[in-house]
Amino acid sequence: MARIELQEIAHSYISDPKDESDYALKRIHNEWEDGGAYALLGPSGCGKTTLLNVISGLLTPSQGRVFYDGTDVTGLPPEKRNIAQVFQFPILYDTMSVFNNLAFPLRNRGISESEVKERVLEVADILELTPFLKKRAAGLAADAKQKISLGRGLVRSDVAAILFDEPLTVIDPHLKWHLRRKLKEVHEQLNLTLIYVTHDQVEALTFADQVMVMYEGELIQTGTPQELFENPTHKFVGYFIGSPGMNFIPCTLDGDIARVDGAGIELDGEIAALGHKAQGKLELGIRPMYLEVHAQSVEGSIPARVKTVEDQGSFKVLTVNLAGNTLRAKLPEGQTVPGNEAWLRFPTQRTKLFADGRLVN
Amino acid sequence: MEKWENNKAWFLVLPVFIIVAFSSIIPLMTVVNYSIQDIWGPGQRVFVGAEWFKEMMASKRLHDALWRQFLFSGLVLLIEMPLGILLALAMPKRGWGVSASLVTISLPLLIPWNTIGTIWIIFTRPDIGLFGAAVNNFVEFDHTARSLDAWITLMLMEVWHWTPLVALLAYAGLRAIPEAYYQAAKIDGASAWSTFWYIQLPKMRGVLTIAFLLRFMDSFLIYAEPFVLTGGGPGNSTTFLSIYLVKIALLQFDLGPGGAFSLIYFVIVLLFCYMFYQALQRVGKGEKV
Repeated sequence: MARIELQEIAHSYISDPKDESDYALKRIHNEWEDGGAYALLGPSGCGKTTLLNVISGLLTPSQGRVFYDGTDVTGLPPEKRNIAQVFQFPILYDTMSVFNNLAFPLRNRGISESEVKERVLEVADILELTPFLKKRAAGLAADAKQKISLGRGLVRSDVAAILFDEPLTVIDPHLKWHLRRKLKEVHEQLNLTLIYVTHDQVEALTFADQVMVMYEGELIQTGTPQELFENPTHKFVGYFIGSPGMNFIPCTLDGDIARVDGAGIELDGEIAALGHKAQGKLELGIRPMYLEVHAQSVEGSIPARVKTVEDQGSFKVLTVNLAGNTLRAKLPEGQTVPGNEAWLRFPTQRTKLFADGRLVN
Repeated sequence: MEKWENNKAWFLVLPVFIIVAFSSIIPLMTVVNYSIQDIWGPGQRVFVGAEWFKEMMASKRLHDALWRQFLFSGLVLLIEMPLGILLALAMPKRGWGVSASLVTISLPLLIPWNTIGTIWIIFTRPDIGLFGAAVNNFVEFDHTARSLDAWITLMLMEVWHWTPLVALLAYAGLRAIPEAYYQAAKIDGASAWSTFWYIQLPKMRGVLTIAFLLRFMDSFLIYAEPFVLTGGGPGNSTTFLSIYLVKIALLQFDLGPGGAFSLIYFVIVLLFCYMFYQALQRVGKGEKV
């Protein structure tokens, strides 16, 4: 186990990158603490896998350095870095038994057969693979196969970290939940450093203590699930986390008041002051669950036209039109749904200001 | 299950049936017809039952040709399979080298078979052939005079001609292995040999089975190249089954024994292909600890 540190990492798959868009990783400077459970969240193609491969050594970055516990490992291949990585699809050695599959990473490192046996049995027990140990790996179901892949990651007791690259993509939903819980248990039991790549926010938010959001080759925010939800520092985090995503409305500033097509929304004084100094396009951001909806005009509310109402079971999603902007509000069960006209109120503490896509604070 | 009342759809199979009849069934039945009769001329025939079969099965010359054939096919498979895999492993994986090596390696496959025989006759001639003359500087080498030399020449020609097929198939199999397998092997600390043995070879099993069967069938049925190169000689040393068969059926015009021989030959090929296929399907599928 180790603390992993990336210093000014950038990577391009093109041999002579010209501008920023040629880079798969733009500038990553980050640390992963020993024993933490991290999720790396982002849409497909944002560079998550590239980042993972840089950490494991499958890729040598174009720029920057990788450190494990302060030791520079940038030039080392994966087999010399002592790292484990689990891939999206189950990778098995088809001709071997489950036992031999699990033992493979250990035997390759010349570990004594008695210790191999001990470790394999231990890992098989954790992953509930014991009944299959003598079976050939090729004939098993997809989830058992992926468990073997996970097991090969877990079997070495001294790895710096285990990297997971969307490992549950091919697994059925109910088994997914089971395996995710298993991983969490393993993390608590063995206190390993885990980095888990996913594009599924539920998976990231339930698995990790710290979630890192990636967007177009950059790490744009790191924090607990709660922090990401309450204080997205980037417009993308607002969109990507939470369902439905954050509402954004272009606005102008007038003292402490944000103007949206004439209507005024009161802002926090400090934020407004910073907003006056900020460059670029200003936008208001508010989570659908914090946007208050009233059937009649209340103090500080502004009118909007109701477009649709979706009943999602325990809550309703109301789509309204405010001066040409589409907003969504989450209405708790039991609240009366306004007919044609709704009055929206933006609670000051929950209303965020963004300048050029970045949070003003 | 209920039966269909209208069975006219069967007529749709008719065109295929007619084509298959002309291409396979009728010729095969003609051979069967020859093999159970003694025919002297038009309208002069006698039913002889299994007599030709008995005669051919007991024929020493056929036995010799059969062993020769097994030796030849065995050597072909032993040399071409590993060599083809090695070639495929050595071929570049990306860039301009891929097309360059693919085209270069396929060239022998594009040459007509009797032309190949002719090329090698000239190539190995002791007086003017590049290979023959060069080798004769060190040791005496003449495939028209010495059985061993004839065999060496034949094997060289066969390996040169057909290893590319194995290499192409193996290359296709290699390219189909997802990159993640190699990445996982690196993470697991597998050596190059382990990667080959536990990933590449098992993943190539399908294409290698096809390559094995194709090479077995083709080498077991080989005719044009040895016919042109050695004509079955010197003596009978390179008289393979097909060459012997043509001698009986077309040169001596013994249609009865020829027909019986053809059918025996056919059954042997079929039997071996079936056995190989079954065995290769089972390789690495048994329960192991």
